[in-house]
Parts: sequence; C-alpha cells; structure tokens
Amino acid sequence: MDIDLITNILYAMIRTGTPLLIVALGELVCEKSGVLNLGQEGMMLMGAVIGFIVALTTGSLLLGFLLAMLAGVLMSLIFGLITMELSANQVASGLALTIFGTGLSAFIGSDFVGKPITGLDPVFIAGLTDLPIVGRMLFGQDLVVYLSFLLFGAVYWFINTSRPGLILKAVGENPHAANAIGLPVMKTRYLAIIFGGAMAGLAGGYLSLAYTPLWAENMSAGRGWIALALVVFASWKVGRVLLGAWLFGLASILHLVFQGLGFAVSPNLLAILPYLATVVVLVILSSNQTRSRLVAPMSLGKPFYAKG
Amino acid sequence: MKRRQFNKLVAGLTAGVCMTALSLSVQAADPLKVGFVYVGPIGDHGWSYQHDQGRLSVEAEFGDKVKTTYVENVAEGADAQRVIYNLAKTGHELIFTTSFGFMNPTLKVAKQFPNVVFEHATGYKMAKNVGTYISTTFEGRYVAGYVASQVTKSNKIGYIASFPIPEVIRDINAVQLSLNKYNPDAELKIIWVNSWFDPGKEADAANAMMDQGVDVILQHTDSPAAMQAAERRGAYAVGQASDMSSFGPKAHLLSVVDEWGPHYINTVNAVMNDTWKPKANVEGMKEGAIVIPSFNESIPGDVIAHAEELIAGIKDGSVYPFAGPIKNKAGQLMVPEGARMTYAELEKMNWYVEGIESDIPQ
Repeated sequence: MDIDLITNILYAMIRTGTPLLIVALGELVCEKSGVLNLGQEGMMLMGAVIGFIVALTTGSLLLGFLLAMLAGVLMSLIFGLITMELSANQVASGLALTIFGTGLSAFIGSDFVGKPITGLDPVFIAGLTDLPIVGRMLFGQDLVVYLSFLLFGAVYWFINTSRPGLILKAVGENPHAANAIGLPVMKTRYLAIIFGGAMAGLAGGYLSLAYTPLWAENMSAGRGWIALALVVFASWKVGRVLLGAWLFGLASILHLVFQGLGFAVSPNLLAILPYLATVVVLVILSSNQTRSRLVAPMSLGKPFYAKG
Repeated sequence: MKRRQFNKLVAGLTAGVCMTALSLSVQAADPLKVGFVYVGPIGDHGWSYQHDQGRLSVEAEFGDKVKTTYVENVAEGADAQRVIYNLAKTGHELIFTTSFGFMNPTLKVAKQFPNVVFEHATGYKMAKNVGTYISTTFEGRYVAGYVASQVTKSNKIGYIASFPIPEVIRDINAVQLSLNKYNPDAELKIIWVNSWFDPGKEADAANAMMDQGVDVILQHTDSPAAMQAAERRGAYAVGQASDMSSFGPKAHLLSVVDEWGPHYINTVNAVMNDTWKPKANVEGMKEGAIVIPSFNESIPGDVIAHAEELIAGIKDGSVYPFAGPIKNKAGQLMVPEGARMTYAELEKMNWYVEGIESDIPQ
C-alpha cells in the first residue's frame, strides 16, 4: 500500500463515518436523559427526503439542511408526545417511528426519484489540506464533516463538564430523585429528544445532499440502526462514539478496498466486522452485571411519571 | 376486441342467455384489468422502477381499454401469494409478477384461477396459464464492455457487483469477453457490495475503485450513486436498468436500460385478442427489451460506430457474446469453437471466463 492509498482510505473512513457519528451523538444525548429512541432510521429518512426536496426546489443546500433538521425534530416530537405525555412504551414507539418514517418518506419522495442535484462540495483549507496522510482526512472534507467535528467537541464538553450536562445525566440516572430536587425532568427529556431528532435529520440530509446527492427510497440502508448499535458499542462514552463511528466507517470501506486490490479475504467476512464488533462489546459489557449497570443510564427506556 | 367479446358471449351462453346479454353490454365497455406485483419500491430508480415504467407505457398505449393496478414492496414468499390471490380475486385478467421469488406463489394462485393469465419475470416454471419473460441484459453489457475497453486510459475497469448469482456472473463474463476481444490489456476489478441497493455503499465502492486507478465503472446494482461519484472525479460510468445520464452528464458513457414496455404491450394485446399462449419469452435488443438510449458525445466517433454495429449484429444474430471458443479462468475450454451457449446454460453459469483474476466469493 502506498501513501496515496492510505490517504484515500482515511479520507473515505471519515466520510463514511460522518453520518453515523452525527446520528450516534444525537442518540447518545437522548439516551443519557433516559429515553431510548429506536426511530433513528425513520427520522434520518425524513431528513433525507425533506432536505432533498427543499434543496432541489429552492436551489439552496443550506435551506435543505435546515429543513432536514426540522423534519427530524418534528418526527422526534411525535415520539416525544407518545412516550412522554401518553407514557407509551419507548421501544415500541421508536420502532413505529422508524416504520412510519420509512413509509412517509417514500410517499413524499415518490416524485423526486431520479432527479439529480449538485451536492455539497469539499472545502479545502489552505496549507492544511496538503499535509501528508491526515491532510485530506481532516481538512479535505465538506462543511458537514467539519461540523461533525464541532458537534463532537460540543457534546463532549456538554456531557462531561457542563452543569446542564450534569442535569441531563441526573435525569437519565434517576428521574425521581432529579424531580425531587427540582430539576425539570420532562423539559430535559424533551430537549434531549429534540436534539436527537435534529441530528438524525442532519445526518439524513447529509446522505441525500452530500454523500450521494440523490433521493431514493430507504437510502439510509440501515445506518440508523448501526448508529444505535454504536452508542452501545461506545458504552455511552462520547469519545468512544467518535472512535466507533470512524472505526465502523473504516470497516465498511476496507472490504471494498481489499476486493479492489485483489486480496483473498472473504468480502462477507469483512462486511460483518462492524456488527461482530458490536456483539462482542455487548457480550463484554453484559458479562459483568455491575459494569453493565454502571455504563448504561439507569432509567434508560423507563417512562417517568411525576408523583405529587 | 371482437374476438374477445365473442368468447365472452360463448362463455356467457353456457351460464344463461338472459344474463349474458346484460353482462355483455357491461363487459364490452369494461377495461382489461392488469395487475403488477413488484418486489421493491417503484422509487428505487432501478428494477421495480423500470417495470413500473413498462406499466405506464401500457396505460399510454391502451388508454381506457386497460386498468392497471400495482402492488409494490411485496416480500417474496407467503405474502406474495396473498397479494397475487387478491389481484386475481378482484377481477384482474392479466397479472405480471416481477421477481424471481414470486415463482411458486404465482403458480399456486394460477392453479386456482385458470381463466386469469399470469406472466412471471425471470423464472423457469410454466403452466397452462403461466408464461415467463426475462431480458438478456448481457447483450447490453457486452456493448458496454467494448466501449469501456476503448475509452479507458488506465486499462483498469471496475465492476460493482451485487450477489454472486448466475445472472450477475454471466454479465461480468460478458464484459470480460468484450475486453478479451477488444483490449486484452485491460483489467477488470470486481467489488461485491452484497446488496442490490445501497447508494452509500455503491458510492464507496466506486470511490475505492477510482482510488486504485479505475477510470471506467460498470455496475450491477440499482442506484445511480456510482455514476455521481464518477462524475465528481472525472471518470466514466455505465448506467444500469434505467437511463442514468442525468446523474453524470460527463461521466455517463451509456446506460443499459430494461424496457419492459414492449413486452407488456404485446402481452396485453395477445390477451385482448385471445392469442396469448404460455411461452418462455427471452427478449433482448432484437425485441427492444434491452436498449442503449444514448452514447456520451465525448466517445470517439469510430467507437460509437462500432458499438452501433455490435448492436445491429446482436439484433440480427451475427454477434453473440457467448459464442465459442470460451475458456474458463483456469484455461479449460468450456465452449468449443463454433458452439453457442444456450440460454438454459447461461441461466446456470457459475464460473468466470478467462481473464478475470479474482475468484467468485463463496
């Protein structure tokens, strides 16, 4: 392997990992508040279709991204209303949201199949893009990739060092205790759900506006589910979400690269690596009861009823 | 139409004369109800999309005389049987089932509705009222392989493949046979993505190929993502199933398009005129089922001219991609000089021809 090839692999790794990273950051914040939203795939698809339609009709990618996020937020609010106000089961509601989003996006987008747009172009940063190996990987990408770096930093800071982040975690660990000391449990959870929706919408928009600038039914092809697995893989740590997303990105392109180079590795084996890794992490986490209790937010998936 | 009305009259007479007169006057104005069952969404811009384009051309051709219904996203298996049964039950007289996995469900329902005509795409089982149809995509691939062999500068041609089934292996072979004949120095790089449709992955595969020097990309997957990726990086690509020129005006060499319209129109005609018989329809360029709508302007004139000659030759039978001698990867003679592989043999093709360096994934 020469330097060029490594540069290209690293570049593609970040690009492939970016939608996963964005969704996973949103879901991580959501789960930290104790809410498990399995509707990522549906929210992504809604973001993808709305973003695409808006960008195609208005010619503005920025507007496309913004409304993609809005679409994700609206979808997440449906989930929020059902699980928070009506205290419906979060797993069932999340699954329903995915099925609903998949169908609705196909319905809305049926007239927009087969129409091309000009996608987001990479933005080179003078001096930095030309650095060997890491130049293109970190500084030869498009704006959304740079934004994902910023988002990672912001979420890292928010969860690990900020006071609101502490409130978020308190609500996710023990909403009743949080409520007793006067923390706004419902509001915190709503905000977390909305943030998750916005991120899923943004990642969906990234797919249809930058990654492959087109709309096709079900184009997210399971990336929302991978992001959900990623949060578990990362054992709810922000830093590991970044590593995991990029690692998943690397694993999913490596088998393509190896085939092109003619390495005699089974492409099927390489394709299952990311999923295998998730299963292994799950096994390790759950092998130790204390540890598994410590990493996941205590009240994850449990509805909260305010008492008194 | 007259013949059909007459038959209805005869059928009706056996049931009761008075009722017949009544039903005849009603049925004469009744459109022929035609049902379509798709395995994917019509929004895939690929396989199911093209079948639906065929359905639309039936509507355009016959207007009020037909009424078409389609059901998309039908899972292969028991679900399909229910969908096909419902179509037959609700008065559809002609039903097209458009995926391999619909084969047994179609036959089961056909037994219960002997007066309904069924046509099943890509299968091999027939019955009194069940015919099959398939198009010979390899003809288009052979032409695409020729054009690719002429425009490549790096002599590296990429092929994004879906699943290692005979249909896909056969088409890869058609391309390699073209390369063997027109540019033996060109190397075919094959990447399996294990999916018919995943735009992100198809784009990744295209990019991985271009990183390795590939400058022409062919695909046996359904999204135009590879075309877009090629456009971005100044490479060439060949569209699959539907016309993908709008996704890469500069990159788009040509598209190998499935046109189901002519077959659907012929079949509807045959059913209306009561001339329909169960047949295994294998249709290609000659019948207008495989079409190359346009060539990129940047392709040299003599290359386009020869490609047109190839198409003409395929149409009149003088050119056949799988004519001997054909050796397999190991150099063994599989098809002797002068022999031609039959369609039945092509349907079972599970070996690579000489010149392909990689192995078929197990």
